[in-house]
Amino acid sequence: MEPVQLLSPDGTFTPDPAWPLEVTPQLCRDFYRRMVLARRFDDEALALQRQGELGLWLQSRGQEAAQVGSILALRDTDYVFPSYREQAAALCRGLTPAELLVQWRGNALSGWDPARYRFHIYTLVLAAQLPHATGYAMGVQRDGTDEIVAVYFGDGASSEGEANEAFNWAAAAGVPLLFFCQNNHWAISTPTHIQMRAPLHQRARGFGLDAHVVDGNDVLAVHAVTRAVAEQIRAGGGPALIEAVTYRMAGHSTSDDPTRYRTASELDSWQARDPIARLESLMVAQGWIDEELRAQIARESDALAEETRRVCREFGPVDMTGMFSAVLAQQSPLLAEERRRHEALVVSYAD
Amino acid sequence: MTAVTQTVLESVQQFRLPDVGEGLEEATIVSWRVGVGDRVTHNQVLVEIETAKSLVELPSPFDGVVTELLAAEGETVKVGTPIISVGPEAAPPASQPEPTPSVLVGYGPAGDGGRRRRRRRPTASPAHPGLDGRVRAKPPVRKLARDLGVDLATVPATGPHGTITREDVERAAAPAPVEAPALVGAPEPDVTRIPASGVRKATAAAMVKSAFTAPHVTEFLTVDVTRSVKLVEELRAAPAYAGSKVTMLLLAARALIAAAKEFPDVNASWDDTAGEIVRHERVNLGIAAATPRGLVVPSVKDAGSLTLPQLAAAITELVQTAREGRAAPRDLTGGTITLTNIGVFGVDAGTPILNPGEAAILCLGQVRRTPWEHKGRIALRWTTQLALSFDHRLVDGELGSRVLARVGAILERPKWELMQL
Repeated sequence: MEPVQLLSPDGTFTPDPAWPLEVTPQLCRDFYRRMVLARRFDDEALALQRQGELGLWLQSRGQEAAQVGSILALRDTDYVFPSYREQAAALCRGLTPAELLVQWRGNALSGWDPARYRFHIYTLVLAAQLPHATGYAMGVQRDGTDEIVAVYFGDGASSEGEANEAFNWAAAAGVPLLFFCQNNHWAISTPTHIQMRAPLHQRARGFGLDAHVVDGNDVLAVHAVTRAVAEQIRAGGGPALIEAVTYRMAGHSTSDDPTRYRTASELDSWQARDPIARLESLMVAQGWIDEELRAQIARESDALAEETRRVCREFGPVDMTGMFSAVLAQQSPLLAEERRRHEALVVSYAD
Repeated sequence: MTAVTQTVLESVQQFRLPDVGEGLEEATIVSWRVGVGDRVTHNQVLVEIETAKSLVELPSPFDGVVTELLAAEGETVKVGTPIISVGPEAAPPASQPEPTPSVLVGYGPAGDGGRRRRRRRPTASPAHPGLDGRVRAKPPVRKLARDLGVDLATVPATGPHGTITREDVERAAAPAPVEAPALVGAPEPDVTRIPASGVRKATAAAMVKSAFTAPHVTEFLTVDVTRSVKLVEELRAAPAYAGSKVTMLLLAARALIAAAKEFPDVNASWDDTAGEIVRHERVNLGIAAATPRGLVVPSVKDAGSLTLPQLAAAITELVQTAREGRAAPRDLTGGTITLTNIGVFGVDAGTPILNPGEAAILCLGQVRRTPWEHKGRIALRWTTQLALSFDHRLVDGELGSRVLARVGAILERPKWELMQL
């Protein structure tokens, strides 16, 4: 099964009657702007980590089309469970740079009120969000509303037992849930072909899920497919899975050096399929982008980058001693000792 | 605490080495991308560092002018150490920096220690009963005690909350040290003790040194050497090789030299003292030779400059001299890569230990008739197994594999490959 593609890497648009989409200048400009902003934010967060301002960062570079195209195909009221690198999707829901960064600075356990954005907190335990989303969707099912639930995860998470339990449970229970896999080819340093013999969309069908595969670097195809599948779920069609074939252009995290396990030529081949450049080629060919629009987006990007730096540096120090009294009612000797050591460590810091 | 919200500077600021990889303690400065007096803008790459995990570029958090580089290239720096000073435009160089106002995540503590993981020393409490008066131990530890015949009630507990650990049980099970019986003068009828000296002693020391300093990796490759076998027969008849011993070893030597020239990084040494990799410009090919006095490894100097007949003559002479115990010290030192032939003893493969100071050693197995796929059918072909051990400190699996594959390719099609050298 070939991935659905509407926009080829060189920017040629070919409509597909099975996945209708009205491609307008407004739609393309909106996608383009959101993807450029997401990448700039991601780059800025990487720089902040390299400057010692963030403990860790997981880049979304390369996966902007998969995230932007899919989340904009949902209603703002549909509840979303992200994994941990869904910055591009989060920005579409209106999350602020401060909310997205604070957890990685260590100043908070999570950054935002999930109810406010209908966007759950990041889940760092691989695949744990899939059963959560399945359970949440069971609640939605019982409420009898026309809300649907979407859950983001990666190819690595799909190897976890929890993911496969969730696939089966969701299918058996017929819940209104969209599993959205960004297959970015690398589970840290493990390539997809070592993880699975059958493609994920094929495995999903074995569980009884309606499954589709889409070119994850083609924002138009991602949007068209997600929109149609989401509406099918909303109409009571049961859960479905979309596998978006994309590529993690950066390391797994700021602690990872991808040059140790993959070749420069592989990266080159995916850079040629860059989701932003691809859409830009279409817009240039159609005359949908001019210098004024570019300048406006550049200004907006600079402002976002500046805000990102500013909020990160304003976070200030954090008192984490609370975590020693949060779990047990009575402090054990071990906990007291650990607390003492933590406090000694904090005092020992230079400034 | 005042937070830095502007990247444009009003005074000289220092940028300290951050922990870029979750718990790293130090990093090495690989290369500076800026120099004193350079204007820098925020997010411009200042320096490339190498951590235990990766090569990382550090972007500038400031806009300004570099006033001082505080760490040299090649220097290993602790996390939290200032590495560069950046001041406002037209600042006097190296003026006293103000204390950095922001607390940056991942900076180390002021003093030594704090950050290191401290392990609490186990304090043994004698047979510490739990709250319910019973001995505390986890099920696997209980099983271990049962297997070793240890009564848990008698074991001093050192684990958290008075639990008995696996180590506690093992300690209790260990027999009390007994006075060793006097051996002096006791007959040893079943053993013969031979004083280790000379070559044996040197070999032992060299092998221990090599095996426990260089992390060895060995890779194997079985190749169809039928064409090489035929070539050896042809060469034997050729006048240019009269007086030389022409065997598979000669072609393997030639193939290894060719591979070492093509991948010079394998013809190298690890200099621990200087912390450098020493790449040798000449290939001095060591040949492991079994002599009546033991194993010696004389080497053919600058073997890469020799023609095939010259190489054949050199190896023949070298091995002959060594067997007669006449090898000069110069012959026995200075090798850069080694070939050993265990095939002559009728065995297929081994995992050779590196000659100390070298990065690779190729082991040639016996050449034997094997049912082998040849041109789409199974035929009886001459095959041999090649084993290449390499020092993983300086040779990665990729390089080692390429070298081995290259040697194999040459032996598979010797005329074709050697013609192109």
